[in-house]
Amino acid sequence: MAFGAFATSAPVVESAPRRRSRVALLLLLPGIAYLALFFLVPLVSLILTSFQEKTPGTDIGVYSYAFNLENYAFIFSTYGEHMLRSVFYAVVATVLALLFSYPLAYFIGVTLRRFPLLQALALTLVIAPFFISFLLRTLAWKQILSDEGPVISTLKGLSLLGSDAHFTGTAGAVIFGLAYNFIPFMTLPIYTSLEKLDLRYVEAGGDLYASPARTFFSVTLPLSAPGVISGTLLTFIPISGDYVNASNAFLGSSETAMVGNVIESQFFTSQNYPVAAALSIVLMAAILLLVSIYVRKSGTEDLV
Amino acid sequence: MAEGFAEAGADLELVGITKRFPGFTAIEELNLTIPAGSFFALLGPSGCGKTTTLRLVAGLEDPTAGRILIGGKDVTQTKSYQRPVNTVFQSYALFPHMTVLENVAFGLKRRRIADPLGKAHEALRLVELDHVAQRKPTQLSGGQQQRVALARAVVNRPALLLLDEPLGALDLKLRRQMQIELKDIQQDVGLTFLHVTHDQEEAMTMADTVAVMNKGQIEQMGAPEELYELPKTAFVANFLGQSNLFTGKVTSTGKDSFVVDVAGTKIEVPRERAQRHAGEVTIGVRPEKLMLHTVAPKAASGTNVIGPGRVSDVSFSGVSTQYTVSVPGLGEVIVFAQNMVFGPVVNTGAQVWLTWTVDHGFGLADDPAEAPRFEPDTDTKSIAVQKREKLEEELEEA
Repeated sequence: MAFGAFATSAPVVESAPRRRSRVALLLLLPGIAYLALFFLVPLVSLILTSFQEKTPGTDIGVYSYAFNLENYAFIFSTYGEHMLRSVFYAVVATVLALLFSYPLAYFIGVTLRRFPLLQALALTLVIAPFFISFLLRTLAWKQILSDEGPVISTLKGLSLLGSDAHFTGTAGAVIFGLAYNFIPFMTLPIYTSLEKLDLRYVEAGGDLYASPARTFFSVTLPLSAPGVISGTLLTFIPISGDYVNASNAFLGSSETAMVGNVIESQFFTSQNYPVAAALSIVLMAAILLLVSIYVRKSGTEDLV
Repeated sequence: MAEGFAEAGADLELVGITKRFPGFTAIEELNLTIPAGSFFALLGPSGCGKTTTLRLVAGLEDPTAGRILIGGKDVTQTKSYQRPVNTVFQSYALFPHMTVLENVAFGLKRRRIADPLGKAHEALRLVELDHVAQRKPTQLSGGQQQRVALARAVVNRPALLLLDEPLGALDLKLRRQMQIELKDIQQDVGLTFLHVTHDQEEAMTMADTVAVMNKGQIEQMGAPEELYELPKTAFVANFLGQSNLFTGKVTSTGKDSFVVDVAGTKIEVPRERAQRHAGEVTIGVRPEKLMLHTVAPKAASGTNVIGPGRVSDVSFSGVSTQYTVSVPGLGEVIVFAQNMVFGPVVNTGAQVWLTWTVDHGFGLADDPAEAPRFEPDTDTKSIAVQKREKLEEELEEA
């Protein structure tokens, strides 16, 4: 379902001999064991934690197992705003990253096709930021975009911004940071799709009276949809849970806190593990729901 | 310009078209007029510039110099989507994310023609594929895809339909069927067809005018019979069917014909069927015009006699037998003989004489010094063509 976008629709071989399926099972065993140990067990533990209640008469941070739905009631009444904000930021940042990445990926994958060396160089440049920790890069942006930084002071100097204007700590700065940090994750899958794009389809579009814009929307974009879908998922999912960009220490402020920031503070500051766990579960469920609707709607199954 | 259906085919005129790619010239000063309603075949080996010509007409390439006129209008500066032209691509280029029906209706929708789906169904019925309208192109066989590509182009009723080796992937039977269908469609709708192919038989059976292209230029153009019976260059003589070519000096010139001395053998050629009448000339005769004799024929006026020679190869192909005869001084001569009796008439090693009516000979325009000696063997020729294709691909990639 949700991850169908990554899989190519390979024909299912029904009549494979029995023995082979046993070998396949054996080969799958390490993977299954890994998932059970490092995904399933923590997930169950997380779910159980989310129902815990405070042990009476103990210090902060001591909880006992129970079936306590109050944690969920509490987060929906208290942190609903943060959840909506997270989804909103994630959608806007994903769209921004897409708008920036698609032309870039097209340029690298199609325009530079005849120059393999330049193409390789451009791809390296897309990946290059990964060589520096994203914490450092985000901090650098904080410096650049700060009130005394070169951007804001120049804009102020040109009277394009009022003297009391500031950018860091606002929603705009957080969304900017999120989009910036995830652009490579958007660009690479789209590049992979566009790099394989057979330009003869584009020519056929022109031959059949479609203007370049029409050809783009009817031919190029649908044919690169697998890359766009992979890219948006790889961007949207981590952005929804991000807690770095929106935090006080980086590009955000208390007004821009996302679910990730709440989980962090509940866990580390308040030591309210059940609430943090419940928030994680809700965030995960929300992402799964949104992503499966998105993948269903975009109908990737039919794509080649 | 690209609005509505074309009422009829349009003239296509190429004026001084030159196309240069980095490193090589694909087309040099090409002038060509294709009258409205004709079925015109551009025939040539791979890399002769025929596909480039087609792409120029379709608007997929811009000429380096020259003008392209469709129906009298200069379209050189217009983009492909603005031209009243549709192409059946060699690779079909069917959109993989659309159904067959959506593919066929694509052009109609872009031009906002009423009832695109109805017309698309109609076009699919024409190619007998309406029952697969809802499938994706990848679910069809190569032949079916080709027919969909044809329907997708024809449904738009373009003034000019371009066909880029459209029948290449079909088996013989389907190929014949499609050839007839194409011809029918062309006659029904009166469109102008420009057909690019390297298959001489296809070009000759389908087109009313064939232009043989070589190295970016048209070597000879005319009706298929005319091209076949009276080739003017060694390239045409060998690319279109096979020919026996001889080179020698003109020794005497009569009123209607002249005599060429080829290594001691006198061969008479009609004046009006020859391009050069003096000095060193290359002359030729088609293999099926030759007669085999097992006894020395009497010299008669109006007949050329060569021989004796030895049969070096006999290859039986059902309808006819191809004999290769080694004649001293003349080299290998090919003879096609219809199988009027059961099996070959003579066997390898037999001594034979060859005769043909003087009227069947032809003289070429090539400078004999440059005229290449063609290996008549089609297999080696196709190998050479493939090699050339490969080299060009590498050139393109580089």
